[in-house]
Amino acid sequence: MTARRLDQGGRIDRATPLTFRWDGKELTGYAGDTLASALMANGERVLGRSFKYHRPRGIMSAGVEESGAIVSVGQGARQEPNVKATMQELYEGLETRGQNAWPNVRRDLGAVNGLFGRFLAAGFYYKTFMGVPLFEWGRGTGLWMKYETLIRKAAGMGRASREADPDQYDHAHAFCDVLVVGGGPAGLRAALTAAEAGRDVILVEQDFELGGDLLNDPAGEAERGALVRSVERAGVRVMTRTTAFGLYDMGVAGLVERVSDHLSAPAAYLPRQRFWTVRAGATVLATGALERSVAFGGNDRPGVMTANSGRSYLNRYGILPGERIVVATTNDSAYVTAGELAAAGAEVTIAEARNAPGCELPAGVTLRTGVAPLKAEGRSKLRALRLARPNGAGWQAAGREACDLLLVSGGWSPVVNLASHRGVKPEWDAELACFLAGDCDEPVYMAGSAAGVWTREACETSGVEVAKRAMGLASNPPAAGGWTAPIRPLYEVRLPGRKAKAFVDPQHDVTCSDVRLAHQEGFVSVEHLKRYTTLGMATDQGKMGNIIGLALMAEALGKEIPAVGTTRFRPPYTPVAIGALAGRNVHGHFKPLRRTPLHDWNLRQGATMTDAGLWHRPWYFAGPGETLGDAYVREAATVRQTVGICDVSSLGKIAVQGPDAAEFLNRVYTNGFAKLAIGKARYGIMLRDDGMVMDDGTTWRIGEADFLMTTTTTNAGRVMVWLEELLQLRWPELKVHVTSVTDQWAGVSVAGPKSRAVVAACLRDPDSVSHETLPFMGVAPVVLRDGTEGLIARISFSGELAFELYVPGNYGEAMMEQLWTAAARHEGCLYGLEALGTLRIEKGHVTGAELDGRVTIRDAGLGGMASTKKPYIGKALQERPELQRPDRPRLVGILPKDRSKTFNGGALLCKPGAQSGFGEGWVTAVTHSPALGHWIGLGYISGGHDQWVGQLAIAADPVRGEPVEVEIVSPHMFDPEGVRMHG
Amino acid sequence: MIRIPCPFCGPRDHAEFSYGGDGSITYPALDAPLEAWHDAVFLRENICGRQVETWQHVHGCRLWLKVERDTMSHEIYSVTPADPALAKVLEGGE
Repeated sequence: MTARRLDQGGRIDRATPLTFRWDGKELTGYAGDTLASALMANGERVLGRSFKYHRPRGIMSAGVEESGAIVSVGQGARQEPNVKATMQELYEGLETRGQNAWPNVRRDLGAVNGLFGRFLAAGFYYKTFMGVPLFEWGRGTGLWMKYETLIRKAAGMGRASREADPDQYDHAHAFCDVLVVGGGPAGLRAALTAAEAGRDVILVEQDFELGGDLLNDPAGEAERGALVRSVERAGVRVMTRTTAFGLYDMGVAGLVERVSDHLSAPAAYLPRQRFWTVRAGATVLATGALERSVAFGGNDRPGVMTANSGRSYLNRYGILPGERIVVATTNDSAYVTAGELAAAGAEVTIAEARNAPGCELPAGVTLRTGVAPLKAEGRSKLRALRLARPNGAGWQAAGREACDLLLVSGGWSPVVNLASHRGVKPEWDAELACFLAGDCDEPVYMAGSAAGVWTREACETSGVEVAKRAMGLASNPPAAGGWTAPIRPLYEVRLPGRKAKAFVDPQHDVTCSDVRLAHQEGFVSVEHLKRYTTLGMATDQGKMGNIIGLALMAEALGKEIPAVGTTRFRPPYTPVAIGALAGRNVHGHFKPLRRTPLHDWNLRQGATMTDAGLWHRPWYFAGPGETLGDAYVREAATVRQTVGICDVSSLGKIAVQGPDAAEFLNRVYTNGFAKLAIGKARYGIMLRDDGMVMDDGTTWRIGEADFLMTTTTTNAGRVMVWLEELLQLRWPELKVHVTSVTDQWAGVSVAGPKSRAVVAACLRDPDSVSHETLPFMGVAPVVLRDGTEGLIARISFSGELAFELYVPGNYGEAMMEQLWTAAARHEGCLYGLEALGTLRIEKGHVTGAELDGRVTIRDAGLGGMASTKKPYIGKALQERPELQRPDRPRLVGILPKDRSKTFNGGALLCKPGAQSGFGEGWVTAVTHSPALGHWIGLGYISGGHDQWVGQLAIAADPVRGEPVEVEIVSPHMFDPEGVRMHG
Repeated sequence: MIRIPCPFCGPRDHAEFSYGGDGSITYPALDAPLEAWHDAVFLRENICGRQVETWQHVHGCRLWLKVERDTMSHEIYSVTPADPALAKVLEGGE
C-alpha cells in the first residue's frame, strides 16, 4: 500500500507533532495517533515477521484483534514484547522495534523458514523429532529437548526484558450499580440511561477516547461530543484506557487501567497500571464486534486489512491508506468505507461476493459482483488481487485487479468473550453468520453490536433498552441484525488442486491446510483442533481466526458450524501484565514481615537474620572473620560450656482461659493436662483428627483457669484456628476463651550451665530461680531488678539447664540488656537458629522438619506421651492398622561411619547396594555437633534404630553428591539421661 | 470472588475468610470407635449444588460460620455462627 497522511481531517492534532523511533529510525506522528497509524503515515509497510514462517506482516486492523503489527516497545528493563501497534498510543520519545526477525523485519534471514513451509505444518515437530528412529531411536527424550530449543529460537514472538520490572502497579477496588463495558454508541447510551435513572455507573473503554465506531465517522462527531458530555454530566465514572479483561463470580469484573503507558515522562507517583476489582450490581457488555477476514492465498500480505480499519485510518487518523483499493466484502458494512475512500481520492473497486449489493453503490466506486479474493500478490507490498467466482460448489479464477490496498470484510463477530467467561454458551446465528451470546442467568446483558445489532441507530436504542433491563425495568431491545440484504457467509476461497498459503490464524501461522491436516489425522473436536494446530492460542486468543477455523472444520466433517461447537473464551480478553496482577505485593511486601520485640536489639548485636515463617529471626551472630559454620559451632559449644541467650519471642503464645480450660487442653493434647499443677509447665503434643502430629510445645499453668500455651513459630496461626474451630464447632459447651498473645511478650531462652547465675543476677529475688523454688518444668511470676514483671519457666530445648524468661514486649530490650551484661561475666554468647538447631539435633528433639504432617506420635519416638487413660483428638485414627506397622519409618539419629564425613539433609536412606526407589527412609536435619566433634543428623528410617543395630545404611543424594555410609542410632545422641538439664 | 455476609461484620470479600470443610459432619465422641472417626474424617459427598460448609472469618471477627452455598453458582443461602449460643445472641435472642 502507498499510504499518505492527508492535509486535513481526522482526530489527530497536527499542531502537536510527536517524535518517536522505529527500529532506530526517527519518525514523526501526531498527538492522537496510535503507533500503527503513525507508522502507516510514514510509509512503513512491514512491521512484523510471522511466528513460524517469518513472513512479512503489516497492519491488519485498527484494534485489539491486530495480528500483524506486533512489535516491541520501550527499552532496557521496560522493554515490552508483543505490543499491538494498533493499541499503543503514540507519545514523544516512544521507542519501538520490530521483533522475531534478524537483522530486522524488512530483511529477515529467518524468512528461509517459509521455503520449508511444508515441513512446518501443524504438529510437525512432534512428528519429525519425537520417536522417529532416524533421530531418536533408543535415545530417550534427550535429543528431542535439543531440537526443541532450536525450534523455539527460530519460531516465536518478542523477547521480554531479563531485568526486574522497575514500574509500580496498584490494586484498587470499586463498587457500582451498573458497569458498562465499551464506550461506543450502545455503551454511551446505556451508561447515560442508567446514570440518569440515578444509578451509580462505571463506564469502561479500552481506547483512549470514548465513541467506539463513532470515532471513525466525521459526520457523527457532533453527536459523539454531545453524548460524551451528557454522560459526564450525569455522573458516570468514565474510565478510558481501561480494559475489562474478565468477568467473575457475583458481578466481579477485573479491569486493567493503563495509567501512564501513554506518557513520555510520567510523574514518579503514578503507577504504570492499575488493576481494578469492580463489584457491579449489573453489567452491560457493549463490547462491539470485530470484523473478520476470509482465508485466501496471501491473505496475510502487508496491504491486506479488515475493511472497517481502512475507514478508521482515513477518518480517525487522517490517512489515505492506499491509492488503488479493492474492497472485498460479503456484506453491506464495507460500502460506506468504500465511498469515503473514493471521496478522499482513492481509486476504489468493490469485489462483492454476493450477486447484488444490499445497498446503494457510493459515488465514484466501481462494483464487481459475484467475485471473491483468491490470491493477494506481491511480497512485502501488495501488487494485485486475483479474484475468483463461484463454480458449482467451488471456485474458478475470475481475473486480476491491480491494487495497493485490499480491505476485506468477511463478516462481523460480536465480542461475546466476557459473557463466555461467565459460562454463557455462544449460539450460532446462521442468518448473521456469527456467534451470539446465549442467555445468562446472572445480571449480565449484551448491548449493541456485541448483541449482533448492526446499525448505529439500533445500537443506541439497544444501549438504552438494555440499560433499562439491567435496572430491572420493562424494556424492548432491538433484535439482532439490521442489514437490508443478508450476508453471504464466506470463510475460504481456493481453487481445487491449487496450493496456497491461506491463513486462518496469522499470529500463530495456522493455515487452512493445517486445519484440514488436523482433521485428516483425527483431531476433529474443536478442543483438539485448537491444541494440535495452536489455532487461537496466540496473543489475540482467536479473535481473528477462530470462526474461519470452525467453519473449515465443519466443512471437513460435513457438518454445520453449530454442530462443531466453539471453544470457551477465558480471561484475560487481552494480555495483562504480571506486574499488574502482583500490584504492590512484591519484594518486601510479597508477604508480611513479622519482627520480634528484640529485632533491632539483635541487629545491633550483629545478628544475621533468616526467615522462619513470616518472622525474621537471628540465624547466627558472626564474630570477626567468622563464617556461618564457625559461628554456629562456637555458639552451640558456648551454650554447653557456659551460657547462651536466644530470642524465642516468635514462638506462638495462646492464652487459654476459663473454667474448662484444663478439660479443653486435656482433649487437645495426647498427654494429660487435667491435673497439671499451678506453677508447672508440661510439654504436649497435639494431633490432627487423622492421628498425625500437628504441633508440639509447652503449656504453662499460671492459675486455676489460666494457661499459657506455646506453639512452634510456624504453626502458631494454624493452632489458633484449630482451637477456635474446636471451641466454636465441636465443643461450644466448654467455657474456654483463647487469645493470641504472641506479640504481647518478648521471650528469651537462657541456656547452659551458667544460666541460673545469669538469670538470678537480673532478678529482684535471685532465690526465685533456685532449684528448690523453681524445679525443672516450674513456672513462676518474676520481677526483674528494674521492676519489670514477667514470667519465668524452667524448660529446655537444648538439653542444658535452661530458663525461658518472658516480659511484656516493650520491655524486651531492657531485659536483654540486663541479661547480656550478666552473661558477659560468664563469657556467654548470643545464639541463633542454626545453633539452636545443633543443640536440639544433638538431643533428638523434633521440630517442623520432623513433624512434617506425615508422622504419628510413635513414628516421632514420642509414643510414651500418648495417654492410654483418656480420649483425645486423633486418638482413634492413630490406631489405624496401617499406622501400626512395625516397619514404618521412625525417628533416628544418624552418624557418618567415617566421622570425618558429612551428608546432606534431604538425602534418602537406603540399604547398601539398594540405592533405588524411595529407599528405607530420609534425613531431616544435619549439623556439625561440637559436643560430639563430628557431623550428625536426624531422620526417619524403616523400623527405627533397633532394626539397624550393626547395619550400615547409605545416605544417598545422587543429585548433590556421593553416597555416604551412615550408622543408625538412637536420636538422643548427647546426654541421653538428661543429667545436664535437670542439674 | 464471592462475598460472604458475615453475621457479625457484614458482607465481606471471601479473601477475609478461610474455608474449613464440610459443615454437615457431626464429629463423633472422642472415645468413639475407629470406624466412626474414619467415616467422619475421610468420607465426603462431592455435592453439585447446595451444601453446608464451615468457614472462618479469620481476618475479621474470627467467628466460625456455617455457610450454605451452591457449589455451581456460588450463591449463598445462609450464614450463621457455628456456635449455637453465639448464633442466638446475634439473632437478638438470649
